[in-house]
Amino acid sequence: MDVMPKWADALLIPLISIAIAFVISAGVIVAIGEDPMAALNTMVTGALGSSYGWGYTLYYTTNFIFTGLAVSVAFHARMFNIGGEGQAMLGGVGVALVCLFIPFPHWSVALPVALIGGALFGAAWAAIPAYLQAKRGSHIVITTIMFNFIAGSLLVYLLVEVLKPPGAMDPATAKFAASTHLPTFQDMFSFGEKPAFRGAPANVTFFFALVSCFAVWLLIWRTRLGYAIRAYGHSEPAALYAGISPTRIIMIAMLISGGLSGMMAINTVMGEAERLVLNSVEGAGFIGIAVALMGRSHPLGVLLAALLFGFLYQGGAELSLWTNVPRELIVVIQALVILFTGALDNMVRMPLEKLFLLFRRKQPEPATTSPKPAE
Amino acid sequence: MTVMQRLLGASAVLALSAGTAAAEPALIFDLGGKFDKSFNEAAFAGAQRWAAETGDSFREIELTSEAQREQALRRFAEAGANPVIMTGFAFGSVLGEVAPDYPDTKFAIIDMVVDQPNVRSVVFNEHEGSFLVGMMAGLKTETNTVGFIGGMDIPLIRKFACGYAQGVLAANPDANVVANMTGTTPAAWNDPVKGGELTKAQISQGADIVYAAAGGTGVGVLQVAADEGIFSIGVDSNQNYLHPGSVLTSMLKRVDVAVYDALTQGTDLETGFNVMGLANYGVGVALDENNEAIVSYDMLAQVYAAADKIVSGEMMVHDYMSDDSCPALEF
Repeated sequence: MDVMPKWADALLIPLISIAIAFVISAGVIVAIGEDPMAALNTMVTGALGSSYGWGYTLYYTTNFIFTGLAVSVAFHARMFNIGGEGQAMLGGVGVALVCLFIPFPHWSVALPVALIGGALFGAAWAAIPAYLQAKRGSHIVITTIMFNFIAGSLLVYLLVEVLKPPGAMDPATAKFAASTHLPTFQDMFSFGEKPAFRGAPANVTFFFALVSCFAVWLLIWRTRLGYAIRAYGHSEPAALYAGISPTRIIMIAMLISGGLSGMMAINTVMGEAERLVLNSVEGAGFIGIAVALMGRSHPLGVLLAALLFGFLYQGGAELSLWTNVPRELIVVIQALVILFTGALDNMVRMPLEKLFLLFRRKQPEPATTSPKPAE
Repeated sequence: MTVMQRLLGASAVLALSAGTAAAEPALIFDLGGKFDKSFNEAAFAGAQRWAAETGDSFREIELTSEAQREQALRRFAEAGANPVIMTGFAFGSVLGEVAPDYPDTKFAIIDMVVDQPNVRSVVFNEHEGSFLVGMMAGLKTETNTVGFIGGMDIPLIRKFACGYAQGVLAANPDANVVANMTGTTPAAWNDPVKGGELTKAQISQGADIVYAAAGGTGVGVLQVAADEGIFSIGVDSNQNYLHPGSVLTSMLKRVDVAVYDALTQGTDLETGFNVMGLANYGVGVALDENNEAIVSYDMLAQVYAAADKIVSGEMMVHDYMSDDSCPALEF
């Protein structure tokens, strides 16, 4: 089973996958007649070279942490929740309703209430597929992906028919009251004359995302419930034998998952746009799947993978700002990273495992027999 | 070593290009993308004409994400791009917030009014141009039924439809106008398949001319109209060439002129409210070798007479956006 040491599984495979993806991307950039080194340079300096760049990178990262954690929690219960997109959309509705219709005196009061609003709406949207899976055996992949479309249509209806201010052209809600605006990094970290993180949308939600990472780690590895979720994920018959109710685990895991997706809306709806727009999620729900796969469903891995995708998003934006690389190609680069880290995982893993096996056989005999004498 | 050298070289090249880029103007395309054969492409054409004539270059970006709206504006402004031009009403609220932060940069926004001292707001009298193509449709129709297919259902597109319906009825009081919108989301700007389906539905209701004011969706409308042997009317750019003999005319909305003018004025861009209507050739009717065979002299004479009356103020075309209602068409 364990042919590779843990570090190789957790670090080496993702790194090799990323390297392959970048090499192929470089080939594509050369093929359209641009300089790949200059392109990489633009991406790195644009995303990580200034506080402004970090402000955007961390903004995207925050989104991906939430959706990545959402997918991870469901993964531990062997549930493949691809409804993050729809759950985040509904979370946006929850956040928007709270911000529009409750007069808050200060953002510090608005934030926890909006968090609950977003999480409740997101969890409610995940509850229906979860119930259908637990009680009726409807496959969670099918139901959650269909719920994404239903969420999209529901959002269009709400924005166009109910929440749009009269006379406005955009299908979007009115701007939230100033008292609900979250402090951005610019507000928090600008000292003296020169503002840091100028204009960047990263906000206080990022720290909440970090707290969520820790909370998920606590939940999965340090609580009785987390143990039950993992036990169920590893073997349903064993969990049943141990007295763990599958219905209960499926429901709880999916509710937490949906709630985490819904909380993403705090960052985009309340933190960035300060109103609910139609495409506030922008595929972050799907990126969350890649993030969770790459992060091996561990909160720390999710954090690092989210940072990588945040870098790709912001670096991609800089690339299209300053070079003639068309925007479609940036999607290609992102897709290659997803392809190699997520879908083609085994392509790297299998040769690497063989390599490690080969390496191990060459070791002198005592290395494998030494534990024996203890008996 | 060599990698390091290449890295340094690359960054030097980048620094150089950033240096020369300082005075370049910038053009930002909305999420629809620049090659929509219609609105955005007209803006791109205007910029290219300017680039070809002056030999200067411009920066451009096609947005991929909502968060990039503000980002693109700020980045171009901070890099010294001047003026910064953007296409589409969706930039309105963002520009209103960004413009005061860069008082030395001039911004131009098309299809929206932003009240800031350094912003030029360009809006078009689409109802006037639509009135003229509506007249042509009213004169040309044999079934006394004409169609209108809009993109996203927003007041701006209703303004097109309302002007069109008024024109149809002015030329042919017995005519019936069938109007449909493709959708209620930005996806409606780029859905040629649904545009084609709506066209077929309107044909089954008797329409023999359809006017598409739907961005990229219009490509499907014009295609089906040509396939089914009826007439169509294009929008924004001159689309007569797409299906010669089937596209009756195109309602020109000279986004290209607006962009070209803004680029030509450069850093001295005149700010404020700028209306482009019939009077200053901001909207009009497209005539070229592709449609001269299907447009009669009599038709043209009536259209020109109406255009003169509109310009002189003798005739008023109702603007849907002035009071959110239309006397000639029910939505």
